[in-house]
Amino acid sequence: MNESTHAIFTRPQSFRDVVTHYCPGCTHGVIHRLVAEVLDEFGIRGRTVGVAPVGCGVFIYNYFQTDFLEAPHGRAPALATGLKRVSPELIVFTYQGDGDLASIGTAEIIHAANRGEKFTTIFVNNAIYGMTGGQMAPTTMPGQITTTSPRGRNVEECGYPIRMAELLSTLRTPAYIERVAVHTPQNIVRAKKAIRKAFQYQIDGKCFSLVEVLSTCPTNWGLTPNESLNWLEKTMQPYYPLGVFKTPDAEEQK
Amino acid sequence: MTRILMKGNEAIAEAAIRAGAIYYFAYPITPQNEVGEYMARRLPEVGGVFVQAESEVAVGNMLFGAVASGKRVFTSSSSPGISLMQEAISYMAGARLPVVLINIMRGGPGLGGILPSQADYFQSTKGGGHGDYRVLVLAPSTLQEAVDLTMLAFHLADKYCNPTMVLADGMIGQMMEPVEFPENYVEEPVPPKDWATTGCQGRAPIIIKSLALDPVVLEKNNLVLAEKYKLMKRDEIRFEAYKINPKNRILVVSYGTMARICQTVIDELEQENISVGLLRPITLFPFPAKEILAEAIKPNIESVLTVEMSMGQMVEDVEWAVKDKKPVEFYGRTGGIVPTPEEVKDYIMKILAKETPAVKSWNG
Ligand SMILES: Cc1ncc(C[n+]2csc(CCOP(=O)(O)OP(=O)(O)O)c2C)c(N)n1
Ligand code: SF4
Ligand SMILES: [Mg+2]
Repeated sequence: MNESTHAIFTRPQSFRDVVTHYCPGCTHGVIHRLVAEVLDEFGIRGRTVGVAPVGCGVFIYNYFQTDFLEAPHGRAPALATGLKRVSPELIVFTYQGDGDLASIGTAEIIHAANRGEKFTTIFVNNAIYGMTGGQMAPTTMPGQITTTSPRGRNVEECGYPIRMAELLSTLRTPAYIERVAVHTPQNIVRAKKAIRKAFQYQIDGKCFSLVEVLSTCPTNWGLTPNESLNWLEKTMQPYYPLGVFKTPDAEEQK
Repeated sequence: MTRILMKGNEAIAEAAIRAGAIYYFAYPITPQNEVGEYMARRLPEVGGVFVQAESEVAVGNMLFGAVASGKRVFTSSSSPGISLMQEAISYMAGARLPVVLINIMRGGPGLGGILPSQADYFQSTKGGGHGDYRVLVLAPSTLQEAVDLTMLAFHLADKYCNPTMVLADGMIGQMMEPVEFPENYVEEPVPPKDWATTGCQGRAPIIIKSLALDPVVLEKNNLVLAEKYKLMKRDEIRFEAYKINPKNRILVVSYGTMARICQTVIDELEQENISVGLLRPITLFPFPAKEILAEAIKPNIESVLTVEMSMGQMVEDVEWAVKDKKPVEFYGRTGGIVPTPEEVKDYIMKILAKETPAVKSWNG
């Protein structure tokens, strides 16, 4: 770059100069980038420890320039609890898929939220088990075809998709909980704001914070990247409304 | 040093604090609840952390996160709870983390009972969870030893970066005895914890993980573990020889509470001029196999008797150690029943009279 050029878009410092393994059109990468930008903006990279899930996000530690732990499937909130409790000076976040957080790790996320653990969770809801090849998740949409619901999710047998943001918001313990999406530039901007807020609450030592991000899985949805963005908006978003479900400030006034 | 009369569970709790472990995660289960109750009272006084988790699955994983900080952390539980922690123990073994676990065993399988047992020997010494790994296991037989071994557990965990377990039974947890805590506790130096995730300010990021999709890499990780276990076998085997001498006709191998009962039996038999010696493994992994063999092959020894509060678990290691050089006998009670000295003595008399059954334990 010579003196007359000026970079207006660079890789965040918190993100390594590597190619990710994500499928074309997958929005995991977008969400990674938003988190990395926020770590840069707050200048907290050097005191942040991430906790990776089991799911497509497991290799997040290969992409971030921060310390990382790799949790067993669903247990990231328990690891984050342990680490943050003994090292409260650290900034700790978990990055978890919907199979990880809303199925095998339901107990861990509910109790971490209920204890008001001071860490941040980025919850990537793509309505499917991506990593294992597209099986049904508790978040899979009614009628959605997956490898283990070949005739579409039958709500008579499997119940309706779990709305984790709403469920966690019923807890009395103060928390910050918001649902966002990353299928359009406007939504990405909003998602970034939510992630910033979530980390801000942690930096202030205020409360548990969770951002649920509606995300795509073109590979296992059997759609093109563009169709996937559309499916997210048309099928997922009406069932999983975007917005802030809980703030610690509102809870304190009760 | 002053001697204090304490309950086993509380003595173990205090010993951990004296070893610098002020971070404790647990879920209630009998017969070890006094550890958690003691910690809940005591830890705030010393600037520590007590978290009552939602389950032992969470406990294991909280330990995983906490121990990654490089600080000394631990839990205590009893058999069913330890089963639920096996997931995290396997991950911590794979990631080479120095966690300490106290198992105050109760009778199983399943919900079983709440009385003393030694039925978790297999689970503790053979891995317990999935994968190719071992936990370093220490088995106290008195409360003083429970204190000493608890403190040692933290040192050995740090020395080897390996999960380490104090394996005791409900008797040790529940009884009261006078104990002493060292006044100025000094340890040999342990390796620097340069693997801890303390934030990457001024250094390259650290990743603590167990995933290795490339089999060449995964085999290498396993070989590093295997190398560590070899070192433990070379340097850490601990046992006690009780009244072992060339006149012994029988060598008893027994650990923990059961070994104490065997000592009583050996004392009584001595009065009757029957010479029996006891080799009491203190480390169950690494196991004192060579030491057992060395005693077993002495000319006067007629048989080796393993006595356990189970239907025969350690006896498999004793059989393997003795390698058919001498007959290996087994006596055990299970389900929370502790063999009386009379029962053990009767069995020894039967061995001497060559009247024991052909099939020695459930594994034959
Ligand atoms: C105990 C355990 N059970 C099952 C698995 C297999 N497994 C790996 S990832 C995964 C699902 C991941 O789905 P999700 O959390 O939604 O993440 P995504 O890949 O969709 O981002 C499963 C079931 C495992 N690794 N561990
Ligand atoms: S399988 Fe789905 S979630 Fe996983 S990387 Fe591919 S598109 Fe993304
Ligand atoms: Mg998913």
